[in-house]
Parts: sequence; structure tokens; C-alpha cells
Amino acid sequence: MTTVLEIDGVSKRFTRDLDIAEKTARMLGAKIEPATVHAVDGVDLSIRRGEVLGLVGESGCGKSTLGRMVAGLMKPSEGAIRFRGRDLASLRGADAREAALKVQLVFQDPMSSLNPRLRVEELVGEAPRVHGLVSRRETSAYVDEMLQRVGLDPTTRRRFPHQFSGGQRARIGIARALAVRPDFIVCDESVAALDVSIQAQILNLFMRLREELDLTYLFISHDLGVVEHISDRIAVMYLGRLIELGEAQDLFRRPNHPYTQALIAEIPTFEPKRRTYSTIKGEIPSPLAPPPGCHFHPRCPMAMDRCRAERPLLKEIAPGRHSACHLNDQG
Amino acid sequence: MTPLLQVEDLRTHFFTRDGVARAVDGVSFTLNRGEVLGLVGESGSGKTVTGFSLLGLVDPPGRVVGGRILFDGTDLAGADEARLRKLRGKRIAMIFQDPMMTLNPVLRIDTQMVETVLAHDRVSRAEALARARAALVQVGISAPDERLASYPHQFSGGMRQRVAIAIALLHKPDLIIADEPTTALDVTIQAQILAEIQKLCRETGTALIWITHDLAVVSGLADKLAVMYAGRVVETGETSAVITAPVHPYTRGLIGSVPHGKPHRSMLQQIGGMTPSLLNLPKGCMFRPRCPRGDDECLAEPALREWLPGRFARCVHPHLDPHLDDAKERVS
Repeated sequence: MTTVLEIDGVSKRFTRDLDIAEKTARMLGAKIEPATVHAVDGVDLSIRRGEVLGLVGESGCGKSTLGRMVAGLMKPSEGAIRFRGRDLASLRGADAREAALKVQLVFQDPMSSLNPRLRVEELVGEAPRVHGLVSRRETSAYVDEMLQRVGLDPTTRRRFPHQFSGGQRARIGIARALAVRPDFIVCDESVAALDVSIQAQILNLFMRLREELDLTYLFISHDLGVVEHISDRIAVMYLGRLIELGEAQDLFRRPNHPYTQALIAEIPTFEPKRRTYSTIKGEIPSPLAPPPGCHFHPRCPMAMDRCRAERPLLKEIAPGRHSACHLNDQG
Repeated sequence: MTPLLQVEDLRTHFFTRDGVARAVDGVSFTLNRGEVLGLVGESGSGKTVTGFSLLGLVDPPGRVVGGRILFDGTDLAGADEARLRKLRGKRIAMIFQDPMMTLNPVLRIDTQMVETVLAHDRVSRAEALARARAALVQVGISAPDERLASYPHQFSGGMRQRVAIAIALLHKPDLIIADEPTTALDVTIQAQILAEIQKLCRETGTALIWITHDLAVVSGLADKLAVMYAGRVVETGETSAVITAPVHPYTRGLIGSVPHGKPHRSMLQQIGGMTPSLLNLPKGCMFRPRCPRGDDECLAEPALREWLPGRFARCVHPHLDPHLDDAKERVS
């Protein structure tokens, strides 16, 4: 299996600059530092050609920020993202454009990612025409082909986004991403806003397209049931850090990290009897002031002194299985 | 035992410029004291409007045009505003999806909670405050005194929802209507809230209507389910029975659409097409155009009928022997 995309020690920091009052106070000797959020904190991950890598975590864990960096919408503060061995940040000119086309992003909310004033044929046809993938004359036929590929009726090509249902808009978003012939698709919560029956349609579409077009997916979602179903491997993030990585079914059967264990235990399932919900305590800490050591220790039932002081590193604990927890060091 | 709530043939229509949208059209169910009902449906199925209708919260152009809402013997469908005000927050409380809708952003939590207590009970401010504090403790909020003096924006989403639940509990209501209260929350927080609600209902004997689009969430919580489609209840029954052997093809499709428990990477069973527009509903059974079993017999609208003991469905071709049907579908 060849690696198609490599995320190497990537961090992303967002800093809010001080306002004038704070700057003045600082000049006068007050200890005010600019507030910094470590949205992504030293993530290493390689994605193999043709696989579906599921990225899960709760709100604020940095999964969307990582997805945006992979899609080239943001530059990492540290580290490098290499697509087919070449650092995205170092590419210039035609190479940069080529790489940008090969990695496409499908957003969560099609209503805010599709221009409401453009017709479907323009939404889908503009990018391939501008980038010279198809000539002006061929565009019309090409758009029809794309719409058919995602299960939309080509006769609707003159319509505007608001004239479609939520599921159909999701399909337009996918058609637009596919129109520039990408190899790699980042799906950022692409099915989260849809009803269950429509969600199943779109998941089936994603699975079918992967087979037909030999695509690689980074599938970002907070819905573990969906991720388990569609992914080959799953990566779990918590407060900006990658804490566990493994083969999808194995990870669900034997989660190693206490956070992963809790997440999986709490997926609502069809249970014939009334179940009692067991819960992990507390809430996700603010990313502005994450706890020292292991970020999860304040909520972890197994926390030790070492967890409060030292950051656990992601280590291989079994073939193909990585986890960042100090408990694995004990015999 | 007379049921706490008995809804009969409830109809709520919206009179819009484009025509009459029959958002709720013939919904019936009963709820006993201490019972949990899961009201399940996709967007536009009328589940939220049903909840709003019970409390008389439907705004124009919407109106309850028919049916009865018998709450502890009295009909709320025709009740005047003064009567409803006495019930709202006192005997029937509501929890909304977005707690920012329930909480006033410019008032401190203590102000809002004390106001709620004093709206129905003539007690001293100190006593009202003590009750507010006790309610916060009940929903698992640590440091309640500090929290009482905070504003809603200082809380996380999960914490805000807990406050909203605490406010709903202030008057120990007989019935709580919860409209998708965990949809906006993360899984771990959702599990906390579900655990809290489950415990509270058991302890206080409060009946609960849990409105949701997520069958999996309610299946662990509810005693019985009512599945809605296009303004109608298409199937009701005891939760475990509905989940394990759905009678209505729509319920069956819904359960088939959820990835949980399906073979890895297998194609999910999907319901073709989409929910019909309320302004332009199909003739006969609303689900007919999307239904694998739909035929000419479905052109006459089916009534809610008891097909199996305690199992009601609005369908001409119900799945009465699920194992047999599974086998048939596998062959074909």
C-alpha cells in the first residue's frame, strides 16, 4: 500500500492579537499574553491510497482544522503535509494548482458552500472549465455526466440550489468536488445535516464513487456509527491531539485509550431493553487552557500522577494499532 | 387508570399564501404517568409541531384545527390563553433543542430561575432561590451557587441544556416535552444528559415525550414509540417491539438506514426519493411513492389499525412476520 498523503508533525495555532487596552496594560507591566488556541497539536498521520480514513472526535478537537489543512485551505503553523511526497506549502505555480485540484473538500452545509445565485450547471461546470480540464464546448455534456454520476437528473441543471432538497444539495456539493477529477476527498461532516434515510443514500453514494473512481477519503465526522461503517481505519482526536489510530473494526471491538472506550460505550444503539447510560464525567476543557500532561486526565477514571505531568506519545501497541496512553507502559 | 395525556386526532394546519400545509393531520397517542414516549420522525414530519400544539405554542399562520388534547381530564385544544399559562411551566414543561432559545442571554441564571418559581408559586425570594439551587444540583451541576450568578454565555452547550432541564424541573411537572434536546450536543455530553433525564423521570414519576429524529437515541430511553411521517403517526407500539419487528415499511426503512450493526462497508438499505412537500401530498398513503410495497390498494388512505396486540400501523401491506419477510427479500 502506498502512502498518498502524509501529515508530518502538523500543528495549527490560532492567536488573537491584543487590543489597544491590553497592549497599554502590558506596557505598564501587566502580565497579559495573547490568547492562543492549539487547534491541532503535533499530529502525525499517513493515509494510504484507496483507503477511507475516519477521523472522529467531539466539537473543538481540531478535526475540521486538520481537514482544512489537508485540503489546502489553511497552512499549518508547524510541520508539513505531503501529497504524493511533495510538501503542499512548498509548491508553486502549476504544481500548486495541480495539487489543489487533486484534493477536494465536501462541506457539511451545502447551503453555505454553494453560491445561491449560481445555477447548478455553473456551480459544477465552472471549475473544470477555468482549469482547462474541459473546453467550453464540452462543458455542457461534462456537467450532465457529473450530475448523473451523483444521481441527479441532468434536466435540473438550470435550477438554483434553493430549489433542491437537502439530500440533493449534498449531491451537488459532491458533483462539484468530483468535477475537477480529484484523487483525494476530504468529507467534513458531509452527512451530518441530513435525515437518516437521506444520509444512507449519500453514504451509499460515497461508497459507490470510491469503487468507480478509485478515490481516497478522509472522512471527518462526530458520528461514530457512520464512521465505523464506512472507514478502513479510524483516527481519534481529543483537544488537538491524535490519541488513537487503528483498523476500524478492531478499534471498535477493542478500544485501547480510555477516551475511545468511553466514546464507543456511549454510541446510542438499538437495544431492545432499556439501557442505563454510563457516562464519563465532566466536559471537554477549553482549548485555550488545556490541562497539562495528558489532555484527558481530568475526565479519565484511570488517571495517575504521571498523566498529570507528562504528555503521552502515540506509540504502536500492536501491529497497525497506535495509542497515546501511559497505561500501555505498565506491564 | 386514566392516562395522563390522551391525544385524539390532533390536526394543526398552517394557512400559508401557497396553500394549507397540513403539518399535523390526525395524530393520536396516549401517555400514562411516569411513561416515556419517543416521538420519532424526519424533518418535516410534524413531530415538533405536535409538541408545540400540546402547549398551545403554535403561532399564526398555524392553528390547531381539530382533535382533542386531554391532559388529566381537561381538553387543552380549545383552552384559552389564561388557562394554558397556568399549566405551562407548572404541570407541563418544555425543553427545546437550542437552550439559547429558552435562556435569556441578558439575565443571570438565578434571576431567570427565581422568576420561573414565582410565576406559579407564592413563596419568598429566598425560598425560590433555594429551589433553584436544588434543581441545579438535581441535574448534576457542580458549584451551583457560582453557576446561579453566571450568565448563559458563560456556560458550555451541555451545561446550558442542563440549566434548561433544571428550569423544566422547578415545579415538578407531570409531563415534560423535550424537543431534540441532545441533537446539538457531543456524544459524551449527550450520554450524560440522557442518563440524567432517565434517572429523574424514574425518581419523580414524570411522564416524558422525547421528540427526536434519531431512533437509536430513544430506543434506550422510551417505553413506547410513535413514528411520524408527513404529519401522521404511521406506527406505534412498545419500543422493543417496534425496533426489533417494525410493522410499517417506513419504520423498517428507517431502521435499515442506520449504519449501526450492519456488515462493515455493506451498502445501506435506503429509502428512495424524499419526504413529500406538505403542500402537495400524494393521494392515499403518504409513503406510497417511496414504498417498496406500494400498489393501487394504497391509493385509499389507510387508517391506524391494530395489526398485532398493542401494535398499531397505518398500512395496507404491513410486515407481520418479519423473519418471513426478511427471507423473501433476500431471495428476491
